[in-house]
Amino acid sequence: MALTKEQIAQRIALEIKDGYYINLGIGIPTLVANYVPDNIHVTLHSENGLLGMGPFPTAENVDADLINAGKQTVTILPDGAFFDSAMSFAMIRGGHIDLTVLGAFEVSESGDIASWKIPGKMIKGMGGAMDLVAAADNIIVAMQHTNRAGESKLLKKCTLPLTGANCIKKIVTDLALLEVGEKGFILKERAPGVSVEEIQNATEGTLIVQGEIPEMKL
Amino acid sequence: MMSKQVNSADDLIHFIRNGMTIMAGGFGLCGIPENMINAVAASNVIDLTVISNNIGIDNFGLGKWLSKRQIKKILASYVGENKEFENMLLKGEVEMEFVPQGTLAERIRAGGAGIPAFYVATGVGTEVAEGKEERVFDGQRYILEKALRADVALVKAWKGDEAGNLVFKDTAQNFNAAMAMAGKLTIAEVEEMVPIGSLDPNHIHVPGIFVQYIFEGSNYEKRIERLTLANQV
Repeated sequence: MALTKEQIAQRIALEIKDGYYINLGIGIPTLVANYVPDNIHVTLHSENGLLGMGPFPTAENVDADLINAGKQTVTILPDGAFFDSAMSFAMIRGGHIDLTVLGAFEVSESGDIASWKIPGKMIKGMGGAMDLVAAADNIIVAMQHTNRAGESKLLKKCTLPLTGANCIKKIVTDLALLEVGEKGFILKERAPGVSVEEIQNATEGTLIVQGEIPEMKL
Repeated sequence: MMSKQVNSADDLIHFIRNGMTIMAGGFGLCGIPENMINAVAASNVIDLTVISNNIGIDNFGLGKWLSKRQIKKILASYVGENKEFENMLLKGEVEMEFVPQGTLAERIRAGGAGIPAFYVATGVGTEVAEGKEERVFDGQRYILEKALRADVALVKAWKGDEAGNLVFKDTAQNFNAAMAMAGKLTIAEVEEMVPIGSLDPNHIHVPGIFVQYIFEGSNYEKRIERLTLANQV
């Protein structure tokens, strides 16, 4: 069975270590926060100027001045801090963020990512995504393996305008966990009940299968 | 001390003239200078180049300037919340430079700090790098990004005093702090003017040197774009 969005988030949460500062993008990445184990302390960064992002507020605690990068109302935890946009991106560019999780339209076998623009159809802007992918050593892309038309999103070469080049090293999809190596996507784990062949069929880019591929443990 | 305080946006609107480059603080609708935005929207000023992280929503915030066709060009990182703008853009009715958010913040900060340009890895190998000088430092590729300044910077703070010292609240700080530095003329509007000496000098976010005029704004709507509550999720 292919993973649900929640299960993709759950698998990514297993990559988190105690003490991490983490930036989670919009969509599936946001769900990762729900699966951080209780014995692990992480600090969530939101690029609009917030460290120590807490849960969504109750109706009484809503404050228009306190939002996350997705423009949702949020809260701040007791160990948190506010700061301006330039400092926020100094944290990102300066390599102080331990893990970045974000979505994508396409990822290429050389680690390129396209996530911000569909020419002629959608031009919303890149927001902070280009800064995040250019800076972070530890980036995980969370996305579906194929698009709504059933076409692979793991390609030899991206067809859409890039967000960053040669920067993605790990991808978790509904079918698999893959790493980007010198020669293509290295299959590391299969979603429970999904065969290597199914993953191969859904991957347009070079898929490297070495030995027995274990099932994900969620 | 010379007071920088004026009564309202009406006293300052004459500073905004056709063809100027204007910075406007805020992230989405959080921390936007609502009073000055409304004053410009009520004026006949046109051909503005606007530098702002976002461009408001349809008919609110900077979206009002768009509806009135007061904007010639915009530099922003994300315009997804404004359908009218997306349509104008797809039809080529407005000039647009998309700037990655961190690069935008740093270009503004650099402008205010007297740094003409700087190298960043952000955008290397993408269309953002087109036409820009590229250089390698310690084996990594970087592109040269130029500083930004504005004829007038419009910023919004929580509290301020007659000297122009500003304190922000929560995430409403965002681009306001750097923009205050990058305006050749900076106009600050605040929710509350407080007497000189009542702000703790240890806790001032923007020292008054960067602010030329300040006033207490009125009728703040402070709209919320995505009200999200604990029990909804």
